[in-house]
Amino acid sequence: MDVLGRYRNLIVLVGVLFAQVLGLAVQVRRTTDNEPTRLIRIWAVGAVTPLEKALVWTRTSSRNLWHNYFYLRGVRAENRDLKAQIERMSLEQVRMSQDADQARRLQALLAFKEQFISQTMAAQVIGSSGSELSRSVYIDKGEHDGIKPDMAVITADGVVGKVLHVYRSTSLVLLIDDQTSGVGAILDKTRLQGILRGTPSGEVVLEKVMSDEAVPAGEQVLTSGGDGVYPKGLLVGRVTKVSPGSELFLNIRVHPAADLSRLEEVLVVTKIDEKQAEPDPTSAARAVDILAERLPGVPSKPEGAEKNGVPSTAAPGAAATTTGAIPADVPAKVTPTSPGPDAKPPKPLAPQASASGSAPPAGHPAAHPANKATASAADASKVSPKPVKSTVQPKLQPAVEDRPH
Amino acid sequence: MAITYTSGEQVEVYRFSWPATLGIPLAALVLQAFLPIWLPFVRIFDLPLLVLIGFATARRNPLAGLVTGGLIGILQDALTHQPIGLYGISKTVVGFGASSLGIKLDVENAGARFLLTIFFYVIHEVVYFMIARGMVGLQMAWSWPRELLSGVANAALGVVIFILLDRVKQRT
Repeated sequence: MDVLGRYRNLIVLVGVLFAQVLGLAVQVRRTTDNEPTRLIRIWAVGAVTPLEKALVWTRTSSRNLWHNYFYLRGVRAENRDLKAQIERMSLEQVRMSQDADQARRLQALLAFKEQFISQTMAAQVIGSSGSELSRSVYIDKGEHDGIKPDMAVITADGVVGKVLHVYRSTSLVLLIDDQTSGVGAILDKTRLQGILRGTPSGEVVLEKVMSDEAVPAGEQVLTSGGDGVYPKGLLVGRVTKVSPGSELFLNIRVHPAADLSRLEEVLVVTKIDEKQAEPDPTSAARAVDILAERLPGVPSKPEGAEKNGVPSTAAPGAAATTTGAIPADVPAKVTPTSPGPDAKPPKPLAPQASASGSAPPAGHPAAHPANKATASAADASKVSPKPVKSTVQPKLQPAVEDRPH
Repeated sequence: MAITYTSGEQVEVYRFSWPATLGIPLAALVLQAFLPIWLPFVRIFDLPLLVLIGFATARRNPLAGLVTGGLIGILQDALTHQPIGLYGISKTVVGFGASSLGIKLDVENAGARFLLTIFFYVIHEVVYFMIARGMVGLQMAWSWPRELLSGVANAALGVVIFILLDRVKQRT
């Protein structure tokens, strides 16, 4: 008993530490994405966030009082409206720009789903986790406002993060520079896809891009939409440095477009619309029309020519092109005519042009084995509504691409 | 700057009122979470740790120190998305150590408090690093210059906070 009394403090210390280590071990083992929020978190957030909201309200109110009533009231109000308008237009611009690119690249693809942000909710940042190792912020919208886990959080500048935990009137947003976050990303020009992650030091890197790819500094990084959280085409940041990384991948550092260290107001993407792209029913016919104008007609086989072993006068390539290019439902569009005396040879078509169903070009993400497992590439592989002979397809494609969109 | 050994009978033992016991750590947690969104450089400070060291060295009771440290740490953990216990264990160790050392040393002057805060800040970071890396599997890099610099910054702020705590502590 004397020994116990003498070492009472140490025994209690060891007991408390043991209990915490045990609890930590259980959490580490059980941690899953859909784990319910622990009661201790709810209590802590319930104790801290009302005070944070009061501080934010006091600060905002005093600032608004000064700005709106004592200092250029009208100009400030106008400026606020204009900023709101710019935010809306920036989002619209991003969406339209991405739409245009997407339309050009995927015009002939079927079953390709486009994502659009259809509804957002403005939220005020009221606090942070207060830890270097947990790069996350609290916002003043929660379950009562319709916020749900895994909703994307953005600003007019770019992607901020995603909702991790939702409480009654607040939510915890995991920032993209946290080491446990991950964003499906794609490089704007090279269309290389990778995973954007944070590092312990707070930097953001793009992973899983093969080291034999050329990635220029300054290139924009967009969301790929493949992670199912962030809508496709949102600006994430810009490449700042590219260096050889470990194993087979590049080490690509990215500067986030949104200023993650000074977040005040953010937008939570509460609704994303998925639109099924519909193929242009006239595209095949038009391609054939154009092809028919460029190529000489296929002469009718003279009677008995085959019988006598005389080869056809039409070039083999032209014959193959015509037979391959004409879809079954538009045969009447191409009227074979006999070549006249002034008939010109067929206009050469770029053989390297790729088409739906054919192998993608070298720079395309789908061309790389490491970049194939993404939504876009997967969708792209399902393409080609009406398969045509592979020998013909490259010749058809330029006609399609030459068309004004 | 004098850190002198004292006997248990010589040291003063203080207590804090209930509002101060509850309100000051809560205020430290709120400010720790709130200030970085306006002033990002505040992230290098650990206000709950400074309050804990201040409480522990004034009370000079190891049990009270480890309980206070454990509770403050667990609340701090609960505000992050990391598993609960990282700060809890680190601050339990610091609370116990600061209380125990408070019995042995005279930590009433600013110099002693400054050095003590640096010492316990580094202890806190070492324990946190070991648990975060060893048990949770977080990627962390240890940097002595950074930790020492942060320790000095925290100690400088700690001296100010301890002076404020002196105003609310009560002699037993």
